[in-house]
Amino acid sequence: MAVQVRGEILDVRRAGAYHVLSLTAPGISENVKPGHFLTLGIGGEESSMLLRRAFAIHRVQSRGVYGGTLDIVVGVHGKGTKWLVDRRRHDPIDIVGPLGRPFVLPKEPVSTVLVGGGYGSAPLFMLAEQMRERGCRVDVILGAATEEKLYGALELKRLASTLTITTDDGSLGQRGRVTDVLGSLMQANDTAVVYACGPMPMLQRVAEIASDHQAYSQCAVEEAMACGIGVCMTCVLPVIGEDGVTRMLRACTEGPVFRGDRVRWSDVGTIPPDTLGAPTAGGH
Amino acid sequence: MTRALIKGPVADAALPEVDMSTSLGGLALPAPILTASGCAASGRELDQFFDLTSIGAIVTKSIMLNPRSGRATPRMAETPSGMLNSIGLQGPGIDRFIEHDLAWLEERGARVIVSIAGGTVDEYGKLAARLRTVRSVAAIEVNISCPNVEDRGQVFACRAGSASDVVHAVRRHSDPRMPLFAKLSPDVTDIVEITDAVVRAGATGVSVINTVLGMVIDTDTMRPHLAGVTGGLSGPAIRPVAVRCIWQIRQAFPSLPIIGMGGVRSGKDALEFVLAGANAVSVGTAVFHDPSAPSRIQIELQRALGARGFRRFADAVGFAHRPADLPREEDPDEFDFISE
Ligand SMILES: Cc1cc2nc3c(=O)[nH]c(=O)nc-3n(C[C@H](O)[C@H](O)[C@H](O)COP(=O)(O)OP(=O)(O)OC[C@H]3O[C@@H](n4cnc5c(N)ncnc54)[C@H](O)[C@@H]3O)c2cc1C
Ligand SMILES: Cc1cc2nc3c(=O)[nH]c(=O)nc-3n(C[C@H](O)[C@H](O)[C@H](O)COP(=O)(O)O)c2cc1C
Ligand code: FES
Repeated sequence: MAVQVRGEILDVRRAGAYHVLSLTAPGISENVKPGHFLTLGIGGEESSMLLRRAFAIHRVQSRGVYGGTLDIVVGVHGKGTKWLVDRRRHDPIDIVGPLGRPFVLPKEPVSTVLVGGGYGSAPLFMLAEQMRERGCRVDVILGAATEEKLYGALELKRLASTLTITTDDGSLGQRGRVTDVLGSLMQANDTAVVYACGPMPMLQRVAEIASDHQAYSQCAVEEAMACGIGVCMTCVLPVIGEDGVTRMLRACTEGPVFRGDRVRWSDVGTIPPDTLGAPTAGGH
Repeated sequence: MTRALIKGPVADAALPEVDMSTSLGGLALPAPILTASGCAASGRELDQFFDLTSIGAIVTKSIMLNPRSGRATPRMAETPSGMLNSIGLQGPGIDRFIEHDLAWLEERGARVIVSIAGGTVDEYGKLAARLRTVRSVAAIEVNISCPNVEDRGQVFACRAGSASDVVHAVRRHSDPRMPLFAKLSPDVTDIVEITDAVVRAGATGVSVINTVLGMVIDTDTMRPHLAGVTGGLSGPAIRPVAVRCIWQIRQAFPSLPIIGMGGVRSGKDALEFVLAGANAVSVGTAVFHDPSAPSRIQIELQRALGARGFRRFADAVGFAHRPADLPREEDPDEFDFISE
């Protein structure tokens, strides 16, 4: 269950191309699972930016001097994220969370790979920790355009069995994409589940590679969201249900984590003609 | 159930005594704030943030006869003090809506105004007939801002004739006592003329305004931002348009029940609508900014009314229309010239 709280900015610090924001979020941080996200009100009460911005919850601390606190990793994209990273210590911030369906964790201590693209590594830290606690093997692949845009390599190295890094320009690790190394890593470690967070094309390739290796994939998607709580229907994508029927599902409440083999990746941004309620020829 | 933890001065300080009940032509509500159709789904998600039974009613997302996928994405763009949406009425269809959503709302004890939408006059009639068997419907809001598939996609709401045909069909298939609200589009030359047409066709009152047709072009891709090309503009950006529409309709119809909406974000904004003539106020896009907005706005409105000496919400309805020579200092109770 999500709640709305008035939190406070505790700290804003740079990490390569990103900013890490620490917030007080009493009532939220206690209930966070890996893959949950939150939304923040932007620009204050009279803001002309009406829509809240969504961020993956990076880590939480449920006790301490400030009660519950949590961290998010922010890449400046447009005016909302710019406003956010310009906040100062003690500035108030309106937080709604935890939101969405988190990653589904394996019951058995199986072998797993976690794939993060850019700031997509943010939700993987808590996931890696919980997976290790369950006795799972955790191999991590981080990828980004440049070294600057990798997040958290050092700490993930500590949490993971192995860490592989790829950059498009070869500035750190292997030159290329995360998906160039995923297949061989899965082969070598007999991977049963792949967890991924990053850009849509990356998720699509990860899901395909996982299926090729008869493994499950759990992909956290990023869709433009107006409400983040399931009331507006802006954040939808075509997903195949248990019954084989494709429906336009809300990324905010039915996601952001989906089974990779259920999402119709090539059709994202469209209404596939066989979707439930799709316009018929000559219809609406 | 967990509730919003924000407790500002608004929620804490003692509320002034104001009778907040309102009457919408046979529909009596304990409070005048509603959710706007399409901005609250069927209420369930918002129940995490405030008590759904504390506001006047939940107006549900416009429902169609059959399941509907809606339009391709992107479906929204943020604009200055507003947003553009092109959802395309995604929904489960009337049967599943009744079984699943209405049943839940009934069990939750919320008052429900069901919004219906169709592609043909006949579809509206069928929806009304289907709802006739459902007890928990307090009123029907007829969303006529839909393209008429039998008339080159012309929007029903934009012409007096087609608007009236739809309302007439809904009236004919509904329980004669069922309050019907026609939801009007501001994209017309003369909103009073359309109001006149729907009232003659049997509407109990009107809901104003639906979104204003708009468009955004992405300057990076240099193409329309929305997959649907054009979309509906909502939020504070359209508030003055809504106030003007309510004002014009109230002036022409002194006792017509009016549900006002369009950019209401605070109790003061809601008060503005009430002073212009709204008997109830729906909160839409503000929910995306603040999911507890409907209950917050209701409290702020009560406070704003109390601060201006009103003891009854109903006395403030249309108060801005009072003759210029009447001094404001007098007891507002004496200005009940707008009767229900
Ligand atoms: C579930 C989820 C998790 C996310 N996690 C993170 C994270 O951990 N770190 C991070 O830096 N970013 C994350 N994002 C993306 C982040 O929400 C956007 O970068 C941000 O909304 C952009 O706002 P802006 O005002 O800077 O950009 P603008 O382009 O000015 O935003 C305009 C509008 O478009 C929306 N929008 C623009 N880009 C995106 C996008 N990529 N995704 C969703 N909405 C967008 C905005 O919300 C806003 O409504 C996440 C998005 C989602 C949906
Ligand atoms: C995302 C979104 C979906 C909407 N869906 C509907 C709908 O299904 N039926 C309807 O009558 N109005 C719909 N509206 C219009 C609102 O009910 C309201 O009339 C309009 O947005 C103006 O009010 P606001 O500025 O408070 O949002 C929608 C608006 C938005 C933003
Ligand atoms: S963002 Fe509104 S339904 Fe998902």
